[in-house]
Order: sequence, then structure tokens, then C-alpha cells
Amino acid sequence: MDAEGGNAGEALLDVRGLTKIFGSLRACDGVDLKINRGEIHALLGENGAGKSTFVKMLFGSLEPYSGEIRWKGDKVRITSPGEARRLGIGMVFQHFSLFDALTAAENIALSLDDGSPIGTIAAKAKALSYSYGLPLDPYSLVGDLSVGERQRIEIIRCLLQTPDLIILDEPTSVLTPQEADKLFETLERLRSEGKSILYISHRLEEVKRMCDGATVLRHGKVVGHCDPRQETAASLARMMVGSEVSAVTRPPVDTKADHSPLLEIRDLSRKAATPFSVPLRAISLSVKAGEVIGIAGVAGNGQGEFFEAVSGEALQDNAGSVRISGKDAGRLSISKRRLLGAAFVPEERLGHGAAPLMSLSENLLLSRYSTDRKAFLGPLGTIRTATIESASERIIKHMDVRMSGKDPEAAALSGGNLQKFIVGRELDRQPSVMVVNQPTWGVDAGAAARIRQALIELARGGSAVLVISQDLDELFEISDYVAVMHDGAMSQPFAIAEATFEKIGLLMGGAAPEQAHPVGEIA
Amino acid sequence: MMRIELIKRPQHSALFSALSPIIALVLTLVFGAILFALLGRNPVTAMYIYFVSPLTQVWQIHELAVKAAPLILIAVGLAVCYRSNNWNIGAEGQLTMGAIAGSILPVLVPEYQGVFLLPLMLIMGMAGGALYAAIPALLKVRFNTNEILSSLMLVYVAQLFLDWVVRGPWRDPQGYNFPQTIQFSDAAILPELFPASGRASWAFVFAIVAALIVWFLMAKTLKGFEVKVIGQSPRAGRFAGFSTGRMVLFAFMVSGALAGLAGISEVSATINQLQPVISPGYGFTAIIVAFLGRLNPIGIIAAGLVLALSYLGGEAAQAAIGISDKTARVFQGMLLFFVLASDTLIYYRIRLITSRRAAGEAALEHS
Repeated sequence: MDAEGGNAGEALLDVRGLTKIFGSLRACDGVDLKINRGEIHALLGENGAGKSTFVKMLFGSLEPYSGEIRWKGDKVRITSPGEARRLGIGMVFQHFSLFDALTAAENIALSLDDGSPIGTIAAKAKALSYSYGLPLDPYSLVGDLSVGERQRIEIIRCLLQTPDLIILDEPTSVLTPQEADKLFETLERLRSEGKSILYISHRLEEVKRMCDGATVLRHGKVVGHCDPRQETAASLARMMVGSEVSAVTRPPVDTKADHSPLLEIRDLSRKAATPFSVPLRAISLSVKAGEVIGIAGVAGNGQGEFFEAVSGEALQDNAGSVRISGKDAGRLSISKRRLLGAAFVPEERLGHGAAPLMSLSENLLLSRYSTDRKAFLGPLGTIRTATIESASERIIKHMDVRMSGKDPEAAALSGGNLQKFIVGRELDRQPSVMVVNQPTWGVDAGAAARIRQALIELARGGSAVLVISQDLDELFEISDYVAVMHDGAMSQPFAIAEATFEKIGLLMGGAAPEQAHPVGEIA
Repeated sequence: MMRIELIKRPQHSALFSALSPIIALVLTLVFGAILFALLGRNPVTAMYIYFVSPLTQVWQIHELAVKAAPLILIAVGLAVCYRSNNWNIGAEGQLTMGAIAGSILPVLVPEYQGVFLLPLMLIMGMAGGALYAAIPALLKVRFNTNEILSSLMLVYVAQLFLDWVVRGPWRDPQGYNFPQTIQFSDAAILPELFPASGRASWAFVFAIVAALIVWFLMAKTLKGFEVKVIGQSPRAGRFAGFSTGRMVLFAFMVSGALAGLAGISEVSATINQLQPVISPGYGFTAIIVAFLGRLNPIGIIAAGLVLALSYLGGEAAQAAIGISDKTARVFQGMLLFFVLASDTLIYYRIRLITSRRAAGEAALEHS
């Protein structure tokens, strides 16, 4: 197919020298980018490289400091998302903006300002969704839909406005591999219709597979334009990070060492606490000393509820349903579970793992006041500030946490650096059981490698490590065994050597284990 | 076109934390002066009478301490509550119930005048306030009731209960049918600090000691840390292993106990008997004191003195230039308004925006 279409040689979008400054930070610094008609163009970069800032300027949510945007050959100023839509630019956000309690059609109607009756919109949305192979029931409640289905609503909502350019921000981060394949088919269909796509991702394999061109950002600057099909994943990663990312090494499990189970979960069930939370269904799992077990699953399949039940933020009815270091812990509070040797890292950093407006040393006390009572607290429960501050400095040094000033508030750190601190805070006490939810979500590659390596080393040192993650690459990198969560139930764990993306993907999508098991018969 | 915009600061500003109460005070004075001018009085004279003349003699300083004591006591307790994100608006009711509970001995057993009488009265006063504060706390923990409404409504219950008590069962039989109890015996009266120069009593000492203890609790101990964590981010508090339910009860009962102590101290030291009205709204004014003092017990001591001055100034202005003493309420209201408004500057900075920039930034808020 001729990608250039009728206007040969003229780019659909031509951005030159786009710059955005926040205070002293140049979030985007003279970014050039060109997208032709019918092109899928990737925007690559680590977290904080300026990708989001750049697309927000394209979509009219932020105003550029300098630089120009040429749209279909004309210089334009995009002052609002409404203006962007009028020009023909649509966007599907990474974090969906849908109301759980409304139907799909109602959500779509909310974003259209034409006032057509809901029935018409529903019919149009349904027809469009089927024609693109993204079937959607417009009358279903958003709260009942899976993440993949919610994304379909966002895409359909975007397509209803017949855009020429569609911006997709990390679209596959919430999808199973099979759902992602479905999405790729849709994108290729759109390309064949002459529509252009700006595809933001950090998943290099899919960029290589799908995209015709790529622009790589680092620290707000363009470090290169390339044809991703001509590159390797490693060369793209090098461009993004700027240096070789040290590979995580996973030494084999020492078969001679003691492998008694340190964390046992037996027949753990939990009712849904709210209409939109997931009930847990008879989960059993045992994590032995020396090994890392990874739990895969699409977001919102009960991982958060599972974490709360294991950590003790939510108590169980049955004391034996969670056992830590050989003791029944199901009725114990999170502090008592910590005293049994367990450590926990929740998914949310700000507001859950750390209090945003408190200093790092205060946030160290947050999870360690019970286990380190003797060192951190004096008589009458007085806080030994000096001891805590020096412990906090030790963690900062060990994990290479970068920050400005001494002992800043947690909210002042970048996500990756705060995550290094929160993980380091728990590693520092050498826990015998470590449970981590999304250890490297939103963390740059260098920091992620460091956190992953630290988790493996903790396990090889004789601890039991349980990692919940949506990032399959990460799980393949660090796990000895993988189990999959779907709709509040968990599959049997299987050795990483027997795992494939297809098998895990099928389990993530809810296939019964027996269908997924014989790996050879699939695909 | 220009417009004003608030930009969130990456980290809260220590400078404006300290400055915001002062900005609020200055704005209150400016608008107070305008108010006096509109009432046809010379603003300079009026401000002098209001804010300076009540401080010119020693006995007046005593009066300031008398008024400041209950404000500081209550506000210090409220600070614990508000820091833990529990909105106790009912300190006036807890003060009333504390006064009633503390008066049980001197009213019903006037013949007991032993050395333990005063300590018992104070303890019973604190217990009365704490238990009364436990009602909205338990309702919140058990039924998720809005504590702002329940604690506020219980104020009126307490006041009407006091009214009934002094008109009914506890009325002084020799009191010519006035709605009041018998006078307390001397043993039941909280002594004055320096009787030669004025009326200031031990209540002021209690207030200062309470402020210092709560300051230590909040700044130096794990309990204070727990209060702050739960107040800032309850989820992080749960992750830390702190119980939000127990914190609701703790915060309400501490502030109720201090309000109760303020109530029985006021009745014992100043009024010497129970009457239908025992407080000029100390429990409500203390809310302003707590915020003006930045919820910091040491700041609250200073803020308590400022608000006590507004009471004295209101009385002085009424006597000297014939302005209703209700202006005190107006001042207090303006002060609270400006304190809360100035607090915005701690987390946001102000930027003037021209229309071209405005459009782009406004769009950001919608995305």
C-alpha cells in the first residue's frame, strides 16, 4: 500500500522544535517529529523522557513554550482538546476517563457535544465497534467490563469523531497478549484506511512489529529517528536509556539449601468489599525459601484484594488461610505479620506505601516502627530521629535514590526514586518473606533492573519472595515459578521454564488451566 | 484579559506556613478598620480601643488570661482531632457536659470539702467531656456517621440539658427561683494565681501545660506520628498498621476531655455555680484558635491570646464608643475566613495569567 496517499510528500503532522518548560525543567526540548498519512509512528522513551508532555501539547492540554505544529501543511495553534478534535486529532488515554456507574453508550455520549439521542449513539457505536473487530455492547455498565473492554469504549469514542490522527498512550499495558493482538489488527486496519497513529509505548517488541517509524526521546530531547523494523530491541533500548542496561541475572535455585515454605496461602477466599472490587476465590499458594514466585494477571483481577489479604490490611475469617514462617497469620494485623518476618510493598506509592507529605525518614518509620521498635523508639514511645535518619541515609545510599535536599517529602521524589526507597526500606531489614505488588511500575529501566536484581538476591539469600506484576517481561526475568490471577482465582504455579507468553496470556484471559496447559497444541 | 491562577507547589512552603496567620491577621485588621469607618467611627480610635486599650493595665492582662485559658485548652484538643482528620465541631457541647459532670460534687454533696474535692471535680469534668465526645466518635466508627453534623447537633442537646438541670433538679432552693445552682463552696473554687492583682486562675496554667504536653506528643512520639499519618493518608496509616477506628475514638476523647476541663475550670474559677449559659461560645471560637495556631499547640497559645483579645476588645468598644459587642463575632469570623484563605498559599502559588496562556492551561485542567 502506498502510505503517502494523495498528498505525496506532505506529512500529516510536522512538529518542529516543540519546547515546554516547567520551572527549571525542560520537559520537552526542541522536539521534531513527522508523521505521514497511513503511518504508525512510535514515540519511545523512558518514564519522564517527555512523551506525555509532548502528546499533551499535540492534544491541546498543554501550551508549548516555543516551536510550531504544522497540520496538513498549515501552521496551527492547538489551544484545547476540543480544538484538537475539530482538527482531527483523537486520543486514547492510558488511564481511562470513564464513569463506572454509567453504560458504555452513556459514557460515549458524555464526550460528544452534538446532543444526539442516546439510542442513535449506541447504534453508531455498536456498528463501528463490530466493523473494527472490537465488539462492544453499548448498554453494558462500565463497572462490569474488563479493562480491555473499557479500552474499546475509549477507542470507539475516539473513532466516532473520525480523526485523521489517533494518539494511543501505552495502550497494551493493561491488556493480555491476546487482547493486544486484537488491538494490533484494529490498528493495521486503521492504517490501511489511511489514518495515522502515534503510538506511545515502552514495549519494544510490539513497536518493532507494528510501527513504520519511531522517534526516541530522552530527557526531553530527541535522540534519534529510526525505522524500528531495522533495529533490534537491544539497540532501541540503548537509544532510550542512553547506556547499556545491565541485564538482571537469575542464578539457579540452590537445591541443597533449606526450602521450607515461608509463606503459605490455603484456600483463601474473600467477599467483594465494594460493588467494584473483586472477590477472591479459594486461592492456595506456597512460597518456599530461596525462590521467587511471580503472579501475572490483567489489572483488576483481584491482585489488590489478594495483596491486602496477604499483608493483613484486610483480616481473614480463618487464621490458617495465611501462614507466615509456619505460623497462622490470617487473624493477625499487618504489624504482627511484619514481626513474623514478612515485608510488604504495595502498588500505590504515594498515599499507600508512603505518606506523600512526610519526609523519607518518617516514611521509614511508617513500616518499621514495630519491627525496629528497640532501635527507632525510646521510652514513652518517643521517636529517635537521629537513628531513623541515619538508617534512611543508609537505604538511600544502598538503593541509589536520587533526590534534592536532605530528607525531602516523599511526594517530591520521582516515582522511580520513591519506589527504590520503598523497596529498599523493606530489603534493609532482610525480611524472610517479601510480598511486592508491581515492583517497577513506572520506574525507569536502570532503577527497575536494580530493584529486580535486589529481589532475586533476597530470595537466593534464603527468603521467600512473591511478586505480583502486570509486566510479563519482568516476571520472566525474575520468577522461578509463575501463577496467573483471573477474576479472583489463581492458577497452579508452574516453572518458568515451562511458561510461554501464549500460555500465560490464555490464563490471563480466563481460559481454564487444562486448555492452557498443553503448550504445544496452542497457536 | 488577566486572570489569577493557583499553581500547585511541588513541596509545601515553610515560609507561607509561618506567614499565613500573620497575613490573615493583617487582612482582618484592614477590613476591621473599613468596617468601623462604615459604621461612622474613626477607624484609628476604634482600633486602638479594640486592640490596645484592653492591654493597658495589669488586671486587664489577667482578664486576657481568663478568656484565653478555655480557648487554648479546647483548641489544643481540637488540633489533635483535626490533625487526625476528625472534625469535632462540638467542643462547646463537650465543655458544657464537662462543666455539668464536674459540678456533681459541689452541687449535690456540698458538705464534702476535702483536699481531693478539686482534683475530683477536674477529673470528673474531663471524663464528662470525653464521654460526651465519644458519642459522635462511636457513631462515626460504627455507622460511618458524619461527625461534623453529629458533634454539632450534640452541642444543642448539651446546652438544653444544662438549661433543664439548672431550672429543674439542681436549682438552688434559696435562689429566688433564678435558674442557677447553689454557689460552690470555697474548697470547690479553682484558686487565683495572684489574687492581689487580678482574676487569672490555675486554668491558664492547665492550658499552658496541656499545650506543652500535646506539643510533645505530636512532635516527638509514635502516637503523634500515628495521628499525623492517619490524618494525611488513611491508607498509608492502615499499611503502617494503625487503626483508624481507634484513632477516631482517641482524638475525640482527648479533645472532649480538654473541652470538659475547660468547662469545669470556667465554672469553678469564674462563675462559681452553674447557670443556663456558662460560655460565650468558647467551644466554637476555639476552632478559629486551632486554625490560626496552625494546629500547632505552641502556635495555639499565641492564637488563644489573640482571640481572647477580640472578646475583651468587643466589650471595650461597646463601653467606649457604643458599638455592639457582636463585632467581636464579626472579627472572629473574618479571622477564620482569612486564615483558611491564606492557607491556600502554603500549597499553591499565585500567578497572573494573560488570556493567551489562560486558554492552554484551562484545557489542561479538563484533560
